[in-house]
Amino acid sequence: MTEMSAMSRKIIQNLAETLSKQVKHFNKTEAECLIRLFNGLLGEQTDRRVGLGLDRSKFRNILHNTFGMTDDMIMDRVFRAFDKDNDSYISVKEWVEGLAIFLRGTMDEKIKYCFDVYDLNGDGYISREEMFHMLKNSLIRQPTEEDPDEGIKDLVEITLKKMDYDHDSRLSCADFEKAVRDENLLLEAFGTCLPDAKSILAFEQHAFQEPQER
Amino acid sequence: MGVALTRAAQWTMGKLEVSPLNEALLNDIVNFVEQFNSRHPQEAKLVFTEPLQWTTALQASDFTSEYELSGSSVHSQDTDKDGCPLLQLIPPDISVRSFSHLCKVVQLANDSKLKEVWACLEANREPVVKMLGPNFTTAEVSDSSPEAEFKVKLLLILQQLDTQLLNSSITQLSQKVRLSPAAVKRDVELLKSVCGAGEKRLLKSVRYTSDYEFSNGCRSPPWRQAHGEIAYLIIEPCDTEPLFITCSTAGVYLNSGIKQEGEENAYERKSDVYKDLVTLLKSKSLHFTENINEQDFVIHEEPPTTLKIPHVEAVDVEERGQTLRSYEHQEKNVHEKARQQLALNKSGVAKKLEPSLKWNLALQNNHKPAAMVSPGGGTAAEEFSESSSESEEDEEQSERRGESHTDLPSEYWQIQKLVKYLKGGNQTATVIALCCMRDFNLAQETCQLAIRDVGGLEVLINLLDTDEVKCKIGSLKIMKEISRSSQIRRAIANLGGLQTMVSILDSPDKELKCLAAETIANVAKFRRARRTVRQYGGIKRLVELLDCVPDSAMLSTEQEKDVEVACCGALALWSCSKSTRNKEAIRKAGGIPLLARLLKSPQKNMLIPVVGTLQECASERSYRIAIQTEGMIEDLVKNLNCDNQELQMHCASAIFKCAEDKRTRDLVRQYEGLQPLVVLLNEADNKQLLAAVTGAIWKCSMSMENVVKFEEFKALERLVSLLTDQPEEVLVNVVGALGECAQRPANRATIRKSGGIPPLVSLLTGTNQALLVNVTRAVGACATESENMMIIDRLDGVRLLWSLLKNPNPDVQASAAWAICPCIENAKDAGEMVRSFVGGLELIVNLLKSPNKEVLASVCAAIAKIAKDEENLAVITDHGVVPMLSNLTNTADDKLHRYLAEAVARCCMWGSNRVAFGEAGAVAPLVRYLRSKDPSVHQATAQALFQLSKDPSNCIAMHENGVVKLLLGMMGSTDEVLQEAAAGCVANIRRLALANEKAKYG
Repeated sequence: MTEMSAMSRKIIQNLAETLSKQVKHFNKTEAECLIRLFNGLLGEQTDRRVGLGLDRSKFRNILHNTFGMTDDMIMDRVFRAFDKDNDSYISVKEWVEGLAIFLRGTMDEKIKYCFDVYDLNGDGYISREEMFHMLKNSLIRQPTEEDPDEGIKDLVEITLKKMDYDHDSRLSCADFEKAVRDENLLLEAFGTCLPDAKSILAFEQHAFQEPQER
Repeated sequence: MGVALTRAAQWTMGKLEVSPLNEALLNDIVNFVEQFNSRHPQEAKLVFTEPLQWTTALQASDFTSEYELSGSSVHSQDTDKDGCPLLQLIPPDISVRSFSHLCKVVQLANDSKLKEVWACLEANREPVVKMLGPNFTTAEVSDSSPEAEFKVKLLLILQQLDTQLLNSSITQLSQKVRLSPAAVKRDVELLKSVCGAGEKRLLKSVRYTSDYEFSNGCRSPPWRQAHGEIAYLIIEPCDTEPLFITCSTAGVYLNSGIKQEGEENAYERKSDVYKDLVTLLKSKSLHFTENINEQDFVIHEEPPTTLKIPHVEAVDVEERGQTLRSYEHQEKNVHEKARQQLALNKSGVAKKLEPSLKWNLALQNNHKPAAMVSPGGGTAAEEFSESSSESEEDEEQSERRGESHTDLPSEYWQIQKLVKYLKGGNQTATVIALCCMRDFNLAQETCQLAIRDVGGLEVLINLLDTDEVKCKIGSLKIMKEISRSSQIRRAIANLGGLQTMVSILDSPDKELKCLAAETIANVAKFRRARRTVRQYGGIKRLVELLDCVPDSAMLSTEQEKDVEVACCGALALWSCSKSTRNKEAIRKAGGIPLLARLLKSPQKNMLIPVVGTLQECASERSYRIAIQTEGMIEDLVKNLNCDNQELQMHCASAIFKCAEDKRTRDLVRQYEGLQPLVVLLNEADNKQLLAAVTGAIWKCSMSMENVVKFEEFKALERLVSLLTDQPEEVLVNVVGALGECAQRPANRATIRKSGGIPPLVSLLTGTNQALLVNVTRAVGACATESENMMIIDRLDGVRLLWSLLKNPNPDVQASAAWAICPCIENAKDAGEMVRSFVGGLELIVNLLKSPNKEVLASVCAAIAKIAKDEENLAVITDHGVVPMLSNLTNTADDKLHRYLAEAVARCCMWGSNRVAFGEAGAVAPLVRYLRSKDPSVHQATAQALFQLSKDPSNCIAMHENGVVKLLLGMMGSTDEVLQEAAAGCVANIRRLALANEKAKYG
């Protein structure tokens, strides 16, 4: 048993070394901690195909419990953004890469990431329909109104008016970037897809400091 | 009289009613008749066309010897041209044919005057016709006989009485008849209490047509209020149709059926006017009349209940899908409800959509409890003890409102929509709405007021209480902008926004801290807000924000953010530091060393608020000491050389405030701050900067070493050129500086040569008190040179100075009197000049009654100068200068003593003044002055004593007070004048003693 753990430790350290070179923002120890955390999460998973990585429901649990996200659709999109190879599982590399943006991403990285999350069909544009889809639960429906969606539609219009710089009735990545640079608050314009400062702090404490104490 | 009697007096069946109104009228008439004889003796003799006859209670025995008594009848001695006596009494009838007799009758009647007049008027319904003949009023009398003339006069007198009576009766009448809104309200309450369902009810229902009550208590629309209408009622009696009633100030009457407001043609009157509702109902409803009398007693017993205005209390708690902010929603709804309701009322009544004062009031009431339980425990005393120096830069601005629906700009509706999304959106929608709102021109008043008027401020403030950092940031970004408007500032403070912002200062998010501090900086522009910030512990937190490392060369990103936070903190402190208590709080929170550290920062945007705060706080002594001891002068001087005028201004202003202290002045010189100050004098366009710089120069020039430096930098020429066309703030300082510089003789010439004296003299005609004090000082300093004095004299400057003695401000009086001294000393023909001021000597002598010691000292000094001229001395002696000076001798003030002694010495030179001083008891106190520590007091006193000692009885008094020993000491002084005076005085005393001995033994 000790032999096993010694060996796996070796493997983890090697992996951590490679990953910390590939991925910005994390040093080797931190990468090692994240890998350990990943392995721990993997161990909890009942699914047989453990080798492939974290599955969607497990990942969504983490997003919900650790990072306080609530919107189902956005969580799905975050999963897709993490899962770069589209195999419906998040591998250890995807995990570390994703968390790099999540926890320590620069503004550029975050803009790119958020745009990917919001571009539901992946065609490089956020369309009116996509916006409507993402914002449809953002207003309280007034039962008195004739068209309950009227408010949402209007909200989509004013958002488009604000962010669509090239006036093609859809947001390109450039539009999005420009709008966010202008007003940082618009980074998560269509739903929370990044953790807030508090949960980042809590996560980092949990992930990075506790193992070192061990 | 005629009209008043027929119209105003209340008659029933040919008899005068016994009513207070009639009584008042009759009393007036009695007074009139009684005084008629003395007032209009000639008209009184006029014989009436017909006698006034009535049944009297008077007896023959009541009449005096003027009348001829025959048995029980009496007749007067004088008769008319037909031989009829003018007064005839055949009990119980009396007939009178002239006012003189009427007057006598009334006087004779004593206690029963009123009864007699009463009886007379009842018997003679048209007294005027009887007096003057039936046709007289129609002016057909064309003859100009004296009789006719008197008749006309009498008629005029009677008409005067008539108007007078009418006027007084009208005021009485109107008090009774005119209804007021309060009376209507009371009546309605009363009637409502007798409505109901039971058998005993008097009425089915009583209601107003409108629930809205104007502030004046009326319920009718304003354009009908102009007609005096107060309210419309619909009353359903038990036995008839509903009555539609108009209550107006003239009374109540039926209208053509106003069921609701706005029915234009229904206002007309359809019945008689009744004096009140009960009377109207009595005449309309039999049932009411029958039953009201039974209940009368009960009704009147009931105390008038105050009408409760239905207040907007209903809060409908709609269940929302969100639990997160359900509380907020409720909160929002309260305001919205209130607003809607009001808007409804308004639109109904005045067709205006304006959330009016009333709703502001409601808001304030809502928040009052929060203010009451402020942790600072602000007591009433504290509320009013804020520093008085702080200017109320934005006290209530009149609210400009009253746009009607159509005038509202499109922004209004767009903002209203966004606020709706803010209220009903989740975090994402809220952030979008906030970002979009920022795209409006928030500096524009329309947008600011639109946000407030649609209830946006409440939402923005509520957002600050959430956990969503983004929402808070977005909200603060908007509030930071709109809080530049004073109305918004007040609204934010009223809604309790400051408390939340203060608590946000603890947040770990630096951007959030920055924004909160910046918003506080904007809101805390008025006193109450500053107090709130302090009471919620904001000062301490803001001071904590200052803690950063501003001056290290390489800053990490985090450190840069810290610097930014500190900068915002300094901005907020700057705003807050306008209150004295906040200055104290900043100091207690350890702000001074932090400010000192930030003062070394190289960044201008940091320096401006820091220096701004410092200069604001420098009004406190503790800060001035700290600024000096913490080495801040060096930094302030350094920043005088920067290229930012605002910063330069604050630095100069800080130096201005601190340089009262000599050590600070020296430091400014040592750090070479004087030259940049002089250079800044060239910035003549920026008046604020100029005011601060000239202020600093003024205070610095109080040290002579600095004055020497200023001479070197040719500051005086610049200052003189600033004497014209400058605002008063600048002038005060420029003139102050000139006054200080002119203490050095060389500078007096410089001022003359650069043409400074004419503008200075012309400034003597100003009204600004601070300026006058400085100008008089400067002119006085210049006048010590005879060449300057010639110019001043030519410009009639002394007369101007003299007239300033009349200024109510004692500082100006004293300063003017001081300036007069060198003028008299140096003017040619000073005596003649002084005499030429009409009343001038009396004026200055009377100033010896002033309670201000500085004024007294200066006036004594001036009197000493004036008294050099013998003629003037004679005049001031006549004005009683001796007893006045003597009265002052017991006042304890060394400076006063010196000049008082000088004045006494001079005034002794005339007539019997020496004796008079002695008799007024001035000698003994003067002797005590010799014990003073000030040698100049000794000199002046010794001279005064020398003069006084020429009178033997004074010598005795001096001797008794032990003067000899004191003077003997002074004879050894190095001061020759003192020596001589002391010796002379002792010699006089000795001589008297010798003479005395000689007389005794010789």
